[in-house]
Amino acid sequence: MSDIFKLVMKRLGLGLVTLLVVSILIFFAVELLPGDIAQAVLGQGATEETVATLRERMGLNDPAIVRYLDWLGGAVRGDFGVSLISGGSVGDAITQRFLNTLFLATYAAVIAVPFAIVLGVLVALMRDTLFDRAANILTLTSISSPEFFLGYVLILYLSVKTGWFPAISSLSAGMSFGELLERTFLPALTLVLVVTAHMMRMTRAAIINLLASPYIEMARLKGMPPWKVIVKHALPNAWAPIINVVALNLAYLITGVVLVEVVFVYPGIGQLLVDAVAKRDFPIVQACCLIFAATFILLNLAADVGSILTNPRLRHPK
Amino acid sequence: MGRFSDKDVLLDIEDLRIEGYSDETWVPIIKGVDLKLHRGEVMGLIGESGAGKSTIGAAAMGYARDGTRISGGSIEFDGMELTTASEGERRALRGSRIAYVAQSAAASFNPAHKIIDQHTEAPVHYRIKKRMEAQEDAKELYERLRLPNPQEIGFRYPHQVSGGQLQRAMTAMAMSCRPDLIIFDEPTTALDVTTQIEVLAAIRDIVDQFNTAAIYITHDLAVVAQMADTIKVLLKGEEVEQASTDRMLSDPQEDYTKSLWAVRSFKRPQKARPTDGTKPIISVRGVDASYTGGDKVLDDVSFDIYPGMTVAVVGESGSGKSTTARVITGLLPPSKGDVLLNGEPLPPKYTNRTRDQLRQAQMIYQMADTALNPKVRIREIIGRPAQFYSGLKGPALKQRVDELLDLIELEPSKYYNRYPPELSGGQKQRIGIARALAAEPDFIICDEVTSALDQLVAEGILKLLDRLQRELNLAYMFITHDLATVRSIADEVVVMQNGRVVEQGPKDQMFTPPHHPYTDLLLSSVPEMDPNWLTTLLEERGVDNIGEAGSETKDGSEKTQSA
Repeated sequence: MSDIFKLVMKRLGLGLVTLLVVSILIFFAVELLPGDIAQAVLGQGATEETVATLRERMGLNDPAIVRYLDWLGGAVRGDFGVSLISGGSVGDAITQRFLNTLFLATYAAVIAVPFAIVLGVLVALMRDTLFDRAANILTLTSISSPEFFLGYVLILYLSVKTGWFPAISSLSAGMSFGELLERTFLPALTLVLVVTAHMMRMTRAAIINLLASPYIEMARLKGMPPWKVIVKHALPNAWAPIINVVALNLAYLITGVVLVEVVFVYPGIGQLLVDAVAKRDFPIVQACCLIFAATFILLNLAADVGSILTNPRLRHPK
Repeated sequence: MGRFSDKDVLLDIEDLRIEGYSDETWVPIIKGVDLKLHRGEVMGLIGESGAGKSTIGAAAMGYARDGTRISGGSIEFDGMELTTASEGERRALRGSRIAYVAQSAAASFNPAHKIIDQHTEAPVHYRIKKRMEAQEDAKELYERLRLPNPQEIGFRYPHQVSGGQLQRAMTAMAMSCRPDLIIFDEPTTALDVTTQIEVLAAIRDIVDQFNTAAIYITHDLAVVAQMADTIKVLLKGEEVEQASTDRMLSDPQEDYTKSLWAVRSFKRPQKARPTDGTKPIISVRGVDASYTGGDKVLDDVSFDIYPGMTVAVVGESGSGKSTTARVITGLLPPSKGDVLLNGEPLPPKYTNRTRDQLRQAQMIYQMADTALNPKVRIREIIGRPAQFYSGLKGPALKQRVDELLDLIELEPSKYYNRYPPELSGGQKQRIGIARALAAEPDFIICDEVTSALDQLVAEGILKLLDRLQRELNLAYMFITHDLATVRSIADEVVVMQNGRVVEQGPKDQMFTPPHHPYTDLLLSSVPEMDPNWLTTLLEERGVDNIGEAGSETKDGSEKTQSA
């Protein structure tokens, strides 16, 4: 077990290094944007003096490296600076939004992951049947359609025509959990439709890939029925690729949901990011990017550890 | 055949026809085979690869592998016609009344589950035993099969147990429902000779004790002679002949059977070291080596190979044979000692060697299948080293490739543009040889080059290597675990165990006593055609003194487990 702990620590360390590199990229990418930030913030009505004052106030006259270190030092302490637009703390602006996004992602994941894996096992079991083809076509259709389109289709049928669910996910304080689930059902369903295909197809492929293994033939020759062969003998050896795809999709649920949030007017971090980009509110853009990068790194780490934990050769060394 | 009467027939296969799907058509692979097996009878099915042995074995369970189908004939098991039975009815026989033991236990045990859980799966599934009862029964079977720590070994995962032990655990698993029939599909082919004995002894014991009928599939005549009451010889999906074991060995009727029996006849005269002060072409001196961070896998290995001679390096898996080859080729720099080429020390890493030094260390691999890139044409596979080492281009290169193809007895115009998957196993191995020759080396390492081949094909390869040696004055380092091969081609023998050289010398000395105890163990473990060989050996050595147990007592140290 201590080996795994050591490995996790090592990966975590590498993850931090990656995050540092990403922070450099983010900071200097923003730096490379054309135009003067102070000018952009103040807009057309700016005078020479106001721009100069703002530059001074934002510390834009310092060399980039100094500003980067300042920013990084703040970020490490959880202080992402001050929004250029509202003047409020970036941390405050992001926290609630990020929690909202996490909630929606969890909601979608709790439905999508078991659904995709069970469906993947079923189509592997009934491979090359009508059910297999139908499931493949449907999930592929849903992954191939743009997610905003899917969102509008769902609004049309499940909200406008039937009135089952609200079309807009406006959240307010003091809502009960049930209400919250109902309000966010349509965006969650949209996300489920988007991520299911990938995970299901990987589950199917990973299982079918193993069906030629001698131990699968052995299970068959022991008289095990097909479902037992798949669930008991193939699936436990197929986890590694499945876990990796699940992690990628979870990361997508957190970082790639901008369009869905916009369609359903859901107050998540994606919308915040889009607003901030439009308004050139760079501290918020930088903080969001850093959070997204950290999400990816953490989920990939979790996938690595998960793959190791499902491999008996690594779990039970000689 | 007097032992078995007609009313005891357990399995009656008549005019069995099986087809395989290839190139978008169904082609016959079993062309009308009859097989009658009585209760308690052990029948050996032998033949080369492609004879359809395994396919018939699977068919006896009413099972057609993916890409095959039973297209005709009847399979009657204990009064039940399997070809017309429903899939559910057939499945209900598998594991309970007909069990299967596969060639590679390491690959056929599910890596994700403990051995004992896989053992109890069938009896629990068929509600023959409760889980705990089945576990107790498993431990008892492990004990009978003389597995070490029978109480505990089942609770390990397959990768934590050695190959020979796994093979016995798989035999125990086949016994879990006390079947009427067990199909043994090459159960010892992947094992070392010393391990093979204990598995053979265990299988024979347990089949006897429970009076189980068995079909024993193998390509090794000496092995089948120990196991079977009757032997059936197959060739390309058809029966050649069938007789009781004694009669089959003493008086084979068909030419094909006779050729199988005679296959180990090839022998070339033994050469002695040159006495005129010629330096050895390769000299391994005091080499220690280990893989990154691991224990020492080579310990003070020294031997010389003289020009034009064949040195056979023998030992069990894990003894360091292939690691020594890696050191010589520079793939694994030694941690101590060095390798001399014609008296000059070679740089330890291949990246630091000159082209001329590199050309001298060519290799031919065991698995020609995986050693040749399937997407590259033969002309390129052979042409690339010729271009790299000799700088040949254009017509000169083509001429050289043709020459090489001629050398390995393959028609150049026919093979020049083909891809490896279009060739047979023996032809692929010949391409591997041509690739090594393309560098114009004086020394070639042959790593188990014949062990994946059928005996007749293997003999052809050995003859080819011998001819090339005489024509080109090549020196071979011949890595093998097959002592019959050593007997036929070696000049000198190096015996390795646990990374050390335990004995070396000219072949005639090595094959006449007195031996080092380990050499003795290796030699006496090679099955012989005499059907009483195993019985006699077990009486001489005692049942607890064979296989891994034997090599431990002889050596005093623990044998490394193979992964």
